Amino acid sequence: MTEPTTVSTERAITVTVNGVPRETTVPVRRLLSDALRHDLQLTGTHVGCEHGVCGACTVLVDGTPVRSCLVLAVQVDGKAVTTVEGLARDDGRGGEVLHPVQEAFRECHALQCGFCTPGFLMTMAAGLEARDRSTDITEDEVDEIVGGNLCRCTGYANIKKACRHAAGLMKEAAE
Amino acid sequence: MTTKLMGEPVRRREDLRLITGRGRYTDDIGHGAAAAAFVRSPYAHARILGIDVDAALDVEGVIAIYTYEDLVGPMAEPLPVLIPHPQLTAPRTGYPLARDVVQHVGEAVVMVVATDRYIAEDVCDRITVSYEELPVVVGVDAARAATHAVHEDVPDNVAARHHQETGDVEAALAASAHTLSFTQYIERSACMPMEGKGVHAVWNHDDSSLRVHTSTQASTSVRAAVAAKLQLSLEKVEVVAPDVGGGFGVKIVHPWPEELLVPMAAIALGQPVHWAEDRREHFISSAHEREQRQEITVGYDDEGRVTALDVRGWHDNGAYTPYGIIVPIVTATQLVGPYAIPVYRVRIDSVYTNTVIVTPYRGAGRPQGCYAMERTMDRIAQDLGLDRAEVRRRNLIQPDQFPYDHHLTFQDGRPVIYDSGNYEGLLDKLIALVGWDRAEERRVEAASRGKQLGIGMAMYVEGTGPGPYEGGHVQVLGSGKVLVSTGLTSQGQGHETAFAQIVASELGVPIEDIEVVTGDTRRFGYAVGTFASRAAVMSGNAIALAARGVRAKALRIAAEILEADPDDLEIDEGVVQVKGTPGTAIPLRTVAVLSNPLRYAFDEAARQATQFAGPGDDSKPPVAVGDAPGLEHVDYYSPIRSTFASGAHAAVVEIDPTTWEIDVVDYAVVHDCGNIVNPMIVEGQVHGGVAQGVGGALYERMAYDADGQLQNASFMDFLMPYASEVPDVVIDHQETPSPLNPLGLKGAGEAGVIPGTACIASAIEDAVAVRIAAMPISPTELYDLVRNPDAERVPAATPGVPA
Repeated sequence: MTEPTTVSTERAITVTVNGVPRETTVPVRRLLSDALRHDLQLTGTHVGCEHGVCGACTVLVDGTPVRSCLVLAVQVDGKAVTTVEGLARDDGRGGEVLHPVQEAFRECHALQCGFCTPGFLMTMAAGLEARDRSTDITEDEVDEIVGGNLCRCTGYANIKKACRHAAGLMKEAAE
Repeated sequence: MTTKLMGEPVRRREDLRLITGRGRYTDDIGHGAAAAAFVRSPYAHARILGIDVDAALDVEGVIAIYTYEDLVGPMAEPLPVLIPHPQLTAPRTGYPLARDVVQHVGEAVVMVVATDRYIAEDVCDRITVSYEELPVVVGVDAARAATHAVHEDVPDNVAARHHQETGDVEAALAASAHTLSFTQYIERSACMPMEGKGVHAVWNHDDSSLRVHTSTQASTSVRAAVAAKLQLSLEKVEVVAPDVGGGFGVKIVHPWPEELLVPMAAIALGQPVHWAEDRREHFISSAHEREQRQEITVGYDDEGRVTALDVRGWHDNGAYTPYGIIVPIVTATQLVGPYAIPVYRVRIDSVYTNTVIVTPYRGAGRPQGCYAMERTMDRIAQDLGLDRAEVRRRNLIQPDQFPYDHHLTFQDGRPVIYDSGNYEGLLDKLIALVGWDRAEERRVEAASRGKQLGIGMAMYVEGTGPGPYEGGHVQVLGSGKVLVSTGLTSQGQGHETAFAQIVASELGVPIEDIEVVTGDTRRFGYAVGTFASRAAVMSGNAIALAARGVRAKALRIAAEILEADPDDLEIDEGVVQVKGTPGTAIPLRTVAVLSNPLRYAFDEAARQATQFAGPGDDSKPPVAVGDAPGLEHVDYYSPIRSTFASGAHAAVVEIDPTTWEIDVVDYAVVHDCGNIVNPMIVEGQVHGGVAQGVGGALYERMAYDADGQLQNASFMDFLMPYASEVPDVVIDHQETPSPLNPLGLKGAGEAGVIPGTACIASAIEDAVAVRIAAMPISPTELYDLVRNPDAERVPAATPGVPA
């Protein structure tokens, strides 16, 4: 935890992170990405550029994808944040049930180094959950969901494939 | 469960942790460590006059501030020249912190350690470094002109003159029916892994040992460098490459200043110190690649067969040469590709500029070589009015010519002798895959939609799997778990899966029982590193040999117990059994227990191996002479020379003649990396390589201004492809095994990127019928070129500088 400094003041915030209310005191200048990673030790959220372009740090704030490197931690006071650690759900038996986008990434080899992956997963999960699951996903929808994040390993082909696959899994589940 | 997994698209074993946020990259390790940040030079070339830290000392949370004056012993000496070469006559490297002169924007001058990164950066802001600006050299042409010198004692700016020739090229050119000369230029790009560099160092005061986590491609060599520079005994230093968020070459360079300075501070301060590179730092203080100027003269006969090839090149190596002249050597030797070139001469000068260092980026000089050779094939076809595919076909090395000796010396100091290949097979497959013969039809159809369509192709041969060696360790535990380790590192290539497939197949154990560790010097101390598409070839074969060693030992021990001949035994699903007699069997885990004669029964399984457990042979020692306890084996693979993978790419582009937007509508890849361990992983490597090839052809460039300021040092301004910029890729495989190694493998990591620039340039040229010499090319540049084809972006040779 950062000591009070001559250049910043601190503020206590309450944030629901992956369903658990967390109270923490952060300097007002602290980025949400840093607060998640270093104060709450949720290091699944990765920082690729710190200027909002790559999307690796994407988390959900009240269900909406945001780039946590462009948000101050104090801005999420009173809100609910979901990170990649909160994407799978508890199966009630001490295990976890992966989210369809996680299943699809593994099935379709949609990751290599895995660094950009959490950002893609969060963006895709929000995008697929927001659409009408009873319909087949279109290529335009896939392009829209996948198009805002950078990946340097995969060339995106298998990420797009995973997006289609996850949409199919979610359609099946909805039927 | 299955144990015959070679060639199967096994789902990756590393994925679960990475999709659930449980991966551990360097910046995820060590919460609460002190944070390092750096004051870096804002000037491309300047003398440091003074460093004033007074205003920084009263920032609450500052722990330490280091400048060059604080470096002692080997730390005060220049960083190592990692790969010396006789032709590298003027190698220069920087210091961990700049000494008197800074040679590029971004060079580290001061290191600050504070309680957290925010405060460390506050401290940096309060440090004032005063400079006297010196003349700046940017670009190959300025370096060649040598009006100013980057390094005072290298007045011509030439670090090395690399020269190879296979015969009298002047005579062969003079005797050629036709000759052509032309000039080409290729811009800088960079690896740009999504994770920058990072270092975390912990000093254990009680046993005087150092543990360093670093995002590296070469942990064993970082370990040796840290030990040497910090004057520690090797066994007191451990280096771990944890999950690494991409490398593509930049992380093979070492020791980076931060890999030495962060451990130095951790030792001096007696507390863990951490550094995570930010994106701007990565742009201005890591490494770039690609920039070359090429002047090519080719001689050929009436059929388009090359009779002589003379390449004069200039390679911009940036401010320092820590990685030697590997990139120009690779360009020089891989340029000839799949072709039989009777007489070849290449001369590449590696020159200094006041820019970020140039070290291998995926392809490592091959894309430039491929660009030179493949555009040469296009020029010959143009000149003779021949089909571009046909000219290539006439020049290909034939299947019965292997092993094919180019009489060149490769980057590993070994001869360029192609081990195996079927280049005509690649060409035939490519023509079918892309529909080469339907190009005219498609051109007409595109024109009806107002688009100009073009098609291009490029072939390559890629030297993969260079030595000197890699090793593997395989150990069966009494639990049945199989531990596998190798010293080389992973950056997303799926080694945990591919190497486990190899062990499962060789040893006959379920893949679920296998655990693979890479890049951790605690587990395997001897290694070279991950580069040059070598991991599968080198560590894959070493691990296979180690698994065979374990298998032989297991069969020997089991044969004694089962009273059978080892030759009659097999291992299947982790059980050693007599072939055809499944009842006569012993689990491999029991063999592992019995392989280690024990005095103490620490658990139930161990009881079986204790000294009173059963009748022993009193006439022999418990461990036979020459034998060792445990069911494990270490082996090494050290090749006589590299393997040579190959491939052929084709691109179809459509150009909008109102906006000059260049759209790659089809991209076809035929790929031959010998036997394939996991086709899913290989295709993933190809996809990723192609995306970087497209980026290099159309978008990525390092925009330095005349003052040496990098104008686009952010992801906002340096254009890497998003999904919208990458075409769908169709892939066909050909498998020509290498005769050089037990598994018949060739490397696959870099292949996808190599022909991108060449084949896209060829396709654009085909679409607009205007010569393209400089790549990458933007819509604006294409527009300017089409309006004025004489406005070539590659100026003629600098006046007064002899070619």
